[in-house]
Amino acid sequence: MSMTESTGTGRRIPDQLATPAQKALKSWESLLLLVAIGIFVLNSFASPYFLDAWNLSDATFNFTEKAMIAFAMALLIIAGEIDLSVASIIALASTAMGVVMQAGAGTPVIVLVGLLTGLACGGFNGFLVTRLGLPSIVATIGTMSLFRGISYIVLGDGAFRGYPDSFAFFGQGYAFWVISVELVIFALLAVIYAIVLHRTNFGRAVYAVGNNATGALFSGIRVGRVKFILFLLTGLMSGLAAVCLTSRLGSTRPSIASGMELEVVTMVVLGGVNILGGSGSIPGVVIAAFVMGLVTFGLGLLNVPGIVMSIFIGMLLIGVVALPRLWKLMRR
Amino acid sequence: MSASLTSLLKSREAILVAVIALVMVLISTRFPGFVALSNLVSVFNDTSPLILLALGQMVVILTRCIDLSVAANLALTGMVCAMLNVAYPDLPIVVSLVLAVFLGGVMGAFNGILVWKLGIPPIVVTLGTMTIYRGIIFLLSDGSWVNSHEMSAHFTGFPRQVILGLPVLSWIAIVMAGVMVLVMTRTALGRSFYAVGGNPHAAVYTGIDVGKTQFIAFVISGMLAGLAGYLWIARYAVAYVDIAGGFELDVVAACVIGGISIAGGLGTVGGAVLGALFLGVIKNALPVIDVSPFWQLAISGAAIILAVTFNTRADRTKGRVILKSAEQAQ
Repeated sequence: MSMTESTGTGRRIPDQLATPAQKALKSWESLLLLVAIGIFVLNSFASPYFLDAWNLSDATFNFTEKAMIAFAMALLIIAGEIDLSVASIIALASTAMGVVMQAGAGTPVIVLVGLLTGLACGGFNGFLVTRLGLPSIVATIGTMSLFRGISYIVLGDGAFRGYPDSFAFFGQGYAFWVISVELVIFALLAVIYAIVLHRTNFGRAVYAVGNNATGALFSGIRVGRVKFILFLLTGLMSGLAAVCLTSRLGSTRPSIASGMELEVVTMVVLGGVNILGGSGSIPGVVIAAFVMGLVTFGLGLLNVPGIVMSIFIGMLLIGVVALPRLWKLMRR
Repeated sequence: MSASLTSLLKSREAILVAVIALVMVLISTRFPGFVALSNLVSVFNDTSPLILLALGQMVVILTRCIDLSVAANLALTGMVCAMLNVAYPDLPIVVSLVLAVFLGGVMGAFNGILVWKLGIPPIVVTLGTMTIYRGIIFLLSDGSWVNSHEMSAHFTGFPRQVILGLPVLSWIAIVMAGVMVLVMTRTALGRSFYAVGGNPHAAVYTGIDVGKTQFIAFVISGMLAGLAGYLWIARYAVAYVDIAGGFELDVVAACVIGGISIAGGLGTVGGAVLGALFLGVIKNALPVIDVSPFWQLAISGAAIILAVTFNTRADRTKGRVILKSAEQAQ
């Protein structure tokens, strides 16, 4: 969303961006890493149950599904757009999976339907933003209601249960020892997204579009297409998260994953991605995922209720954006 | 340009009136009871909290911001009013009203100060405060409900008192809409909301403090949310953590449907009220025409998308496409 006084804040000409910005990013990530280690140490003192391999493995479920979406969302936000409908895409994809499951489909078909539903939702968002020229905030607030609304139409106050046993592989399976399937997917995606964003032409294009869409257009980047692909990716990742979450819960309700968009956006912003677009990195998002997972897990061990945790998430979101600006204000 | 814009807006409001009328006519052909005066009064009364919030959201959106914390603000203010009523049942209504407006205003001011002084994007601020305010309700109430039998009769009775055939709740919505019309069309502050949203850089050169104007917009939005908070709790005679959950989407939807441009600077009080009424009529019509209430979320989502598509098409003028994308890129 375009902000009034955004000109000049954190925006540089691309050929100056390389060295100073990279340094700044590195320092942000190392700061974040310190925070993560600090929380880890604090947690291990706060609760005797924390330093247990299986408990730590459980802790990863707090962030793996959200982080899958956060990777794609990071690219989308860097490119200057946002998708607030991701949690609703999960609801719709999960509902679609439930429908084909009830029709007697096997695990491969269920998974495929989940992914395709996510892809279709992402495509619809991308169509609204890039073809019809709608601002992404409003378009995805609209689809946020629409997608979850369709789930409610299908399910009402009911639920889908009875997924096949083999479907539990994604959310409840372990690759080896305490390493869950979800954690493996998370790690693979982290590597893939890091390579795409930091080592490919497409990644450069994402930054270019976010820094100066007009300039990017004039330098031969198909801005609309880049954005469309990013919306598709975000939808696909939401579909994947829906597969994992549904598999882990073993059921589908229309209220599934409600409010998750907030946590995904928080994760991305905490990871050092500029909410106005143009800068950010995948390693930052990865560390942010661990920080959020450790915070919520630590608070959970201390019997802090979920809604109180959400206060922490909210403060984290505002605090992370506010602190650097406060710092700048104080030094002036 | 402004003349053509106002005519465009006028026609847009006219279209909305026509659509609402059409919906009502269609329903009344099969269910004449729907357009009976008593039912129309109850539809308007049901929609009044939405109108109040949409008025505040309109001002915020005009200044190129967005306030997603209004529903949480409403719920928190309502909970505080309800708990105060339980503790001091004899407190006059005026105290509850003043407290509600003040508390809502403080929460709005908190949003506003973060946007104004720290330059944090409004979407980030209000996504954050949305969960913080909601969480505070839990901390205050410990997750328990305040039920009707715990509230005093005059506390819950106030919004339901009927004056000249309309409940007080409806009258408050009408009066606030009137006040907002005056503010938006007859005061320097009202003009500055449009100026800040229409062209912030030009607004600075004409001596308008952009950040401060946005701050005031958030305070207005917060005050109206607070006011609606007391009225909501009193009308439904129950307060709990999840009250009005997701209501912020309805509020944004009402504004967008009412022709208030999310890019700022475009929109009227009439549009916001009509947008809210459109959603209100749909919401009340669904059970009448025997459609499951579960359809409502999808319908309001579709309405947002259609309305914003229509508005964006109408706003788009030839030759400005590159300029627009440049603005968006900023």
